[in-house]
Amino acid sequence: MARPYDAIIIGGGHNGLICAATLARAGRRVLVLERRHVLGGAAVSEEVFEGFTFSVCSYVVSLLRPWIIRDLDLARHGLRILPLDCSFSPLPDGRSLARWGDPERTRREIAAFSPADAEVYGEYGRTMMQMGRIVKPLIDAPAPRPTSLNPARLVEILGHARRLQALPRSLRTRFLQMMTMSAADFLDLWFESDVLKAPMSVSGIIGTYQGVRSPGTAYVLLHHYMGEIDGAFRAWGLAQGGTGAVSLAIAAAARAAGCEIRTEAPVERVLVRGGTARGVVLAGGEELYARTVVSGVDPRLTFLGLVGAEHLPAELCERMRHFKLRGSSGKVNLALDHLPEFTSRPGIGPHMHGDVAIAPSIEYLERAFDDAKYGEPSRRPYINVVIPSLSDPSVAPPGKHVMSCFVQYAPYHVNGGAETWPERRAAFGDTVLETLEEYMPGLTSAVLHRQVLTPWDLEQEFGLSEGNIFHGELSLDQLAFLRPAPGWAHYQTPVAGLWMCASGTHPGGGLMGAPGALAARAMLAEGSL
Amino acid sequence: MPVESPFHPRTAPLCESYRWKEWAGRHAVCSFGTTVDPEYLALRHACGLIDVSPLFKYEVKGPDAAALLSWIWTRDVTRLAVGAVAYGCWCDEDGKVIDDGTVARLGPERYRMTAAEPSLRWLSRQARGFDATLRDESESVAALALQGPTSRGVLRELCGSEAADLEFFRGTRARAGGLELDVTRTGYTGDLGFELWVDATDAVELWDAAVAAGADHGLAPVGLDALDITRLEAGFLLAGVDYIGARDAIIPSQTSTPFELGLGWAVHLERGPFVGRDALRREARGRSRGRSRQALVGLVADWEAIEELHERHSLPPSLPTRAWRESVPVYAAGRQVGRATSGTWSPTLKQNLALATVEAGRSAVGTRLELETTVAYERHTVPATVVERPFFDPPRKKASSGAAAEEGA
Repeated sequence: MARPYDAIIIGGGHNGLICAATLARAGRRVLVLERRHVLGGAAVSEEVFEGFTFSVCSYVVSLLRPWIIRDLDLARHGLRILPLDCSFSPLPDGRSLARWGDPERTRREIAAFSPADAEVYGEYGRTMMQMGRIVKPLIDAPAPRPTSLNPARLVEILGHARRLQALPRSLRTRFLQMMTMSAADFLDLWFESDVLKAPMSVSGIIGTYQGVRSPGTAYVLLHHYMGEIDGAFRAWGLAQGGTGAVSLAIAAAARAAGCEIRTEAPVERVLVRGGTARGVVLAGGEELYARTVVSGVDPRLTFLGLVGAEHLPAELCERMRHFKLRGSSGKVNLALDHLPEFTSRPGIGPHMHGDVAIAPSIEYLERAFDDAKYGEPSRRPYINVVIPSLSDPSVAPPGKHVMSCFVQYAPYHVNGGAETWPERRAAFGDTVLETLEEYMPGLTSAVLHRQVLTPWDLEQEFGLSEGNIFHGELSLDQLAFLRPAPGWAHYQTPVAGLWMCASGTHPGGGLMGAPGALAARAMLAEGSL
Repeated sequence: MPVESPFHPRTAPLCESYRWKEWAGRHAVCSFGTTVDPEYLALRHACGLIDVSPLFKYEVKGPDAAALLSWIWTRDVTRLAVGAVAYGCWCDEDGKVIDDGTVARLGPERYRMTAAEPSLRWLSRQARGFDATLRDESESVAALALQGPTSRGVLRELCGSEAADLEFFRGTRARAGGLELDVTRTGYTGDLGFELWVDATDAVELWDAAVAAGADHGLAPVGLDALDITRLEAGFLLAGVDYIGARDAIIPSQTSTPFELGLGWAVHLERGPFVGRDALRREARGRSRGRSRQALVGLVADWEAIEELHERHSLPPSLPTRAWRESVPVYAAGRQVGRATSGTWSPTLKQNLALATVEAGRSAVGTRLELETTVAYERHTVPATVVERPFFDPPRKKASSGAAAEEGA
């Protein structure tokens, strides 16, 4: 029998790879097992149609922690990020709003809709940044343990409390408001123009099965103000070569540290003997052994799929059944013969180099949620479009373009059952094109190929339970010491030798990488590895 | 990308240096020529014409206009006579300065307020319950500063005697050829000078008329670099440079009160409520919690020390040709007690001047401090003395028309 590995990582997504790279750099013998033929999980680039490379699922980079980029030396391993300078919101009535990196230009654009909003926009940004400073240390460290009386833990909690206390009173009030309010209500405290509020509010609902008027969504707005590239706050970017390039850079760093990576190696279950994880069994029956097994898949798939309820406390199984996954978004990737213009701002200009939000009003967004609430995809969904080929010509043949459309809402639990999604797939794609056609006439006829991913496809193809892109909603009841379950929020599980390292753990989903790195650090600190 | 000022069609062809900067979202000329001296000399010895349109301007109108402005401002605007102008600042509830500017009473119930930062939303919020209307004139009104000892002569040719004979900080409606405009005897150079406020659509025509009227008076177009030197000589603060407005501050220690900025003279405490009054009263009484922490002072660096430092490196002392605004530490007996926020060589006074914010206990006139400086890539300090502001204050600045002061400083 081969010498057992120090660690086997299930899933070659970005968190699994970061965890693997971190362990390998600490001298551990590590194996990563990826079910698909390509690495990256949901952070993946694939040449789906000849000459056209799609960021198939995740499509922008910003929250990737700068200390991970430094620790793993990702720039040297090929990571290149192209900043997005603009957020563009076309309106059906022919007007449009573009927000730019240049604050004065943004001020003038907003002033066309509301001079008052233009004036307060910068102040809002500064306030959010200040509050982001409170939250940032929480996402760069393991979750606090509010019930622990261990002095070291109490000191941590006091540190967080002291930072909050150090804020001016007005900011503290804002912070508490933000923790409890809806995104739409919170933005109402600042702004009057719907045209501005709507595209801002959507960052509160991405990946959740909630509307912009649902309480608790304001908190997620903050995540948009924590994005950093090169240490600069509030910057979003595209990875050159698509989001998969991030995963490939991490994989290169892992391999350089001696990590072994196998693709097309689907894990069927975790080998548990005597309450302890001993290794994994692959789909073909092959057994691989390790002192530690690390799950890079979501918590429900980990516990109820790979481990099995018989090895787990009943309470945890119950929590997993109620863990809110309920995916609400889909993805449409288009290969275009040429790039049509927006009616509201003709020309192929810099406004198309950033992200384009189809979010003309708060009511539009809330109606989109209304459809989803009762089991139907939105008749007119929120769509976030990026056209990476404009900034990164490597992803499409010359003159052709790639258009990535993130679409919400597409409820996993669609009427008739999730398994009916394949029959609805074409209609879902058509709705997206019809919606975009209202802003960008001629789009449909420019489409050479399209790839439509429903939440069902995200589950079947990428292993995301219920198609949830974050391995579990980022709602307050599922964050920090509650993620994924109370008592199991520090990457360990009730099965000895089994750890978790992905978005279903603290600090959560998005292309942050923090769960993978923090899990690896926790394992190394614990000493059994 | 900045947009063009209403005077752009005239300023752009004149800007031989191609040196521009952004001012409140507008393209603004740093200096028309490649050297700043001629423009500075025009301001101090003849007359300079400066495009100051990027200033934010708000019209406040109605029966409660004065009451509203008095509620916002630290000064009691109800005392302002028709045709009078006042300089002042406004604060938040904690008595921290948000911005500074002027208010001109253009009619019985009509005022114009200027600001360095956009303030419409803030004004509108404060205007609740007042019978007053606000109008943002920032884009619709263009402004020209006509500054320098011969500016009165230029204005007499341009608008006639009523405007030219204005007293200091007074204003009037005037005509220049077929144009209607407001003229105020105000400015940012600390010298004899006027500001002309005109409908943006008439801007180019006014420029041409002013240039024609100035032909025999040494009038020259002047950019912001020369203006910066003169405003430092005058000891005027620049928002965002010498202090950070309360709404722009990221942490409370970046904010300042009017007393800390030396604007206590513009605070009228003994009157009805206004924004920040209670905090300012506490500070004025000097009670422990509210006491001023710091003070804004004028500093003059010892020239001999500068010369000696250069001599040590076998270098001749060199003079900066432009004002600087990178913060520089200020020490007392080797311990940092503040920072100089901007400064300049004054060609008129032949002194190295700076504005500095220092601990309140180090602000008395005559206090000796040390200013950090770099000579030949090495860090040093030079002794500097706290002096009265303004550094430069010619009698002609305030003198009435006809007074002999018009010719000399």
